[in-house]
Amino acid sequence: MLRDITLGQYYPTESVLHKLDPRVKLLGTLVFLVSLFLIPNFIGYIIATIFLICMILLSKVPFSFMVRGLKAVVILLLVTVIINLFATPGEVLVSFWKFRITKEGIYASVFMMLRLIYLIIGSSIMTLTTTPANLTDGMEKALSPLSLIRVPVHEIAMMMSIALSFIPILLEETDKIMKAQMARGADFESGNLIRRVKNMIPLLVPLFISAFRRANDLAMAMEARCYRGGDGRTKMKPLKYHVNDVIAYVLLALYLAAVIVIPRVILA
Amino acid sequence: MSIIVNHVSYSYNPGTAMEVKALNDISFTVSDGEFIGLIGHTGCGKSTLVQHLNGLLKPQQGEICYNGENISDADYDLRALRSRVGLIFQYPEHQLFEEDVFTDVSFGPRNQGLSDSEIEMRAYEALTQVGIPDEYFYQSPFDLSGGEKRRIAIAGVLAMKPEVLILDEPTAGLDPKGREDILNLIRNLHEKEHITIILVSHSMEDIAEYADRILVMHEAKLVYDDSPRSVFAHEEELKAMGLSVPAVTSIMHLLREKGVGVRQDVITIEEGLKACLEILH
Repeated sequence: MLRDITLGQYYPTESVLHKLDPRVKLLGTLVFLVSLFLIPNFIGYIIATIFLICMILLSKVPFSFMVRGLKAVVILLLVTVIINLFATPGEVLVSFWKFRITKEGIYASVFMMLRLIYLIIGSSIMTLTTTPANLTDGMEKALSPLSLIRVPVHEIAMMMSIALSFIPILLEETDKIMKAQMARGADFESGNLIRRVKNMIPLLVPLFISAFRRANDLAMAMEARCYRGGDGRTKMKPLKYHVNDVIAYVLLALYLAAVIVIPRVILA
Repeated sequence: MSIIVNHVSYSYNPGTAMEVKALNDISFTVSDGEFIGLIGHTGCGKSTLVQHLNGLLKPQQGEICYNGENISDADYDLRALRSRVGLIFQYPEHQLFEEDVFTDVSFGPRNQGLSDSEIEMRAYEALTQVGIPDEYFYQSPFDLSGGEKRRIAIAGVLAMKPEVLILDEPTAGLDPKGREDILNLIRNLHEKEHITIILVSHSMEDIAEYADRILVMHEAKLVYDDSPRSVFAHEEELKAMGLSVPAVTSIMHLLREKGVGVRQDVITIEEGLKACLEILH
């Protein structure tokens, strides 16, 4: 069950997307996410869908792998859809008891659902095709101008990369402790909510202890290798733009223009 | 009363690029009262195998029967199985969580649904078995030494009174005294309590000394299933798998190469001593 969480996971394979500069992918994801909120009608969604399908195909990551990330937010999706469906005022289509379904409500809930699904798949594509190390490298480089106004960019990037690389470690650890406690008869699956939360204690206490122990060990290991922040620190593999990255930027700009302009032109 | 493992295979992340075959067509039987040593290179599937034996993982192919019942059956009581087949993971002290030693050891029996007096008796018995003195009972387990913590964690499983005890590298990272304590404890459990033991270890000496039978795993397959003497006769093959033979066996082989006619089927220090004395007389 824990292995189903794909947000923040990397899928190792060879593809055009995997080889892109992480800065391009970061900006690309940002552009895609922003574009989802700029879309005025379904024509825009058609463009976004085409773009997303192209990205999925280019990434060579199995589609089933991306959908798995959605499982975690199914409830959030349902709640949003239901609220939008019943709470949007407008032209009433169906009404029963105190509930009314409006035409606007249907539109709003479908759009909201698509938006959320695309948000998650869009950001999953980035993490699935970029190693955490690469991602934070990109982030550090992209945000480096901010260090002029005293934003600790390197420290933030370092914290991010440590946090990201700890996700799989902690997942594995959780799995291990869960199994160890199950071997002692612990039950994590049945009972009511309060009972279940209580049953988590044998899992959470050891997990916290081990996280602190690991953090402590890591700090020691970094200090032993003379880590002292970002000043004067060089990279083993400095980031450099290639032809593909430039092409990707152009395509991104075209996509953004298309999403903003085409639906409005057609509507007008 | 036995465990039958019948053509079991298991892969992690099946159907993705990260698919790893951990068990490949494994078959063997564990009878009551045996002391089995399980050896293999890191990542050969030992840990996956032992997690199958108490139902934490289910075979993707093949089946595992405990006392004649298939543990993959929908109505099989896995929690009952887990109290009969005790599994002690690597670094079991990482699973401690209660405020004091006694309550932590009571966790297993409490999950078995026993009465309070029975729980206390089980916990007391288990802690005495592993040699934890009374004055530690109400201390925080986190204040104790590594070896003590490990013995408490082992007591946590023993308190469930398992019929079979599986230990995954129980001596990893302990000092010599701690190692000896744990190994003596295991021997006692086997000889006095007649608990079936499956010991996973990287120490060929420990395995040679304690086990009646050795299972050797290599790249998800079971390669040897034989007595220690027969398994350790395959020095070359074991070395090719990243394993070895007890140091004393190697010495005997070297002596033979140098032209000293000592016996070759030696696996423990005592036997080695006897073999050398035989030559000298």
